[in-house]
Amino acid sequence: MDIEALFLSIKLGALTVLILLPIGIYTGRFLAYSQFYGKSVVQALLAVPLILPPTVLGYYLLVGLGGQSSLGVWIESVLGHSLVFSFEGLVIASVLFNLPFAIQPTQRAFEAIPREIREAASCCGLQPLIVLWRIELPLAWPGIISAMVMTFAHTLGEFGVVLMVGGNIPGETKTLAIAIYDRVQAFDNDAAAIMSAFLLAFSIITISFTYLITDRSNRDYG
Amino acid sequence: MVEPGIQVRLFQKEPIPLNIELSCQSGEVVALVGPSGSGKTTVLRSIAGLYTPEQGSIVCQQETWLDSSSHICKPTHQRTVGLVFQNYALFPHFTALDNVIQALSHLPKQQRQERGIELLDKVHLKGLEKRYPRTLSGGQQQRVAVARALARDPKVLLLDEPFSAVDQVTRRRLYRELIELRRSLSMPIIIVTHDLDEATLLADRLYILHRGITLQKGPPLAVAAHPVSALVARLMNQQNIFTAQIIEHDLDRQKTLLRWQGLVLEARLQSDYIAGQQVCWMIQPATVLLHRRDRRSNGERENPLSGTIIEYYILGGYANIVIRVDKKLNINITMTVPLHVAQRNRLDYGEKITISLLAAGIHLMPYTELRDTKWNQI
Repeated sequence: MDIEALFLSIKLGALTVLILLPIGIYTGRFLAYSQFYGKSVVQALLAVPLILPPTVLGYYLLVGLGGQSSLGVWIESVLGHSLVFSFEGLVIASVLFNLPFAIQPTQRAFEAIPREIREAASCCGLQPLIVLWRIELPLAWPGIISAMVMTFAHTLGEFGVVLMVGGNIPGETKTLAIAIYDRVQAFDNDAAAIMSAFLLAFSIITISFTYLITDRSNRDYG
Repeated sequence: MVEPGIQVRLFQKEPIPLNIELSCQSGEVVALVGPSGSGKTTVLRSIAGLYTPEQGSIVCQQETWLDSSSHICKPTHQRTVGLVFQNYALFPHFTALDNVIQALSHLPKQQRQERGIELLDKVHLKGLEKRYPRTLSGGQQQRVAVARALARDPKVLLLDEPFSAVDQVTRRRLYRELIELRRSLSMPIIIVTHDLDEATLLADRLYILHRGITLQKGPPLAVAAHPVSALVARLMNQQNIFTAQIIEHDLDRQKTLLRWQGLVLEARLQSDYIAGQQVCWMIQPATVLLHRRDRRSNGERENPLSGTIIEYYILGGYANIVIRVDKKLNINITMTVPLHVAQRNRLDYGEKITISLLAAGIHLMPYTELRDTKWNQI
């Protein structure tokens, strides 16, 4: 087991979740409650990573953030180093790749709250932020939790985009999924088997947890 | 001078046409009645600030909540309203008590619990404070919603079809409770309903709405007896609406004579209409007099008609009877009599009876073509 790769994966997953939590809540809620021209286009764009091959997204990030692009040059002049083949670059790639996993379940969770419940909260004299905190978030919470769990699990399993943007630098961009590939390439099947089993078990646990909280929520408030 | 209570003026062309002016005094109960799409719920939502009409003004207890000409539009949480939603809209993750406490943020924290318990007690829910909405019956949920709506000490209490989601027995109990509760309330109360009996029972005044405009307002019994048009009569669920021609006014006898289907009818004097004019007329089922088989009574001389009972059903201690007038096969008259009267007179399907249309009960309205031929037979 490549412990360094495991910790890197967990760090990447945790950071991705931390960044996507507010983005998911804000965007999911906005999409759930707002009607605006071009909403379906925005939703479609946000869903693109679901069907786009990860290598394609990785390729565009590699080109866009690399030293050949003006954005890449500007970032390098500000940060002092390129985002390509760095942990920060992986985080950006991971956030972009996981946008639909964070936003869509959150949006569905907000949509599931009846309009009258939110209106009743306003009629109780509660200000919009308090309505969000006391009424909407507790009711949407199971959806938000499952969105974040899925995001975390998905980050752990990312391969294509990580390889394209980050390469395979131990301690910097070599995540668990890359390490498995790396071990197989080196004919170290035992290590690959242990890490694969770990990711399999983790996936089963997270997906079960997601279903459990969704079911419990339906039972409690449904 | 600004009046107390609430004054509402709403106007818009689209998407829901509205041209409504209404007022409700403190302590008064006003019912907005009308079919689906009449705009009654939109009026309620506009008052609560959940809907903003194109133009309008809402002044509640001398506080301006909406004035489109001055660009004033207070958000819902700044309008002190109590709103009972049709499906109650209780917060499912809070207990009954916590639902009420959410509307008590104007009180210091330490007083909220006590006041919440007091309010639940007021709506007869003592002992159920810790129950979650999903474990409460429909009637109990409605009571929590009423307690929550009252918790803010609202300047106006709004009820949106609050009895539509409960069974008949619970509904009657809740009616009694609301009638009892309103005695202790001093704010204006506006209730939206499509149930006329409910509106008549609970409200001091009705507003009959249709396609966003007020067709008529007034005390329920007055509106039911004297609708301003055949449309209002139909919206008030009046069954006996017909057309006739004015023959003349008999000022000595204070009667207006009508020609109706070849018969001459006497109505109470309604001299707004001129001789020869076509009119619509109606009579409430309760002012159709049954001729008793065993004993004659005074009213029998007024517009007697005989016919055959073609519908007979019992509802809530009353017999509802539809009579087909013999000579005119296409004319039906609906009447209601107390069940014991129906039984004493052995009324039943197919029986021949005679009735009188009491002149005092015949109400004239401007002529409208009653296009639907089945209208008289509803």
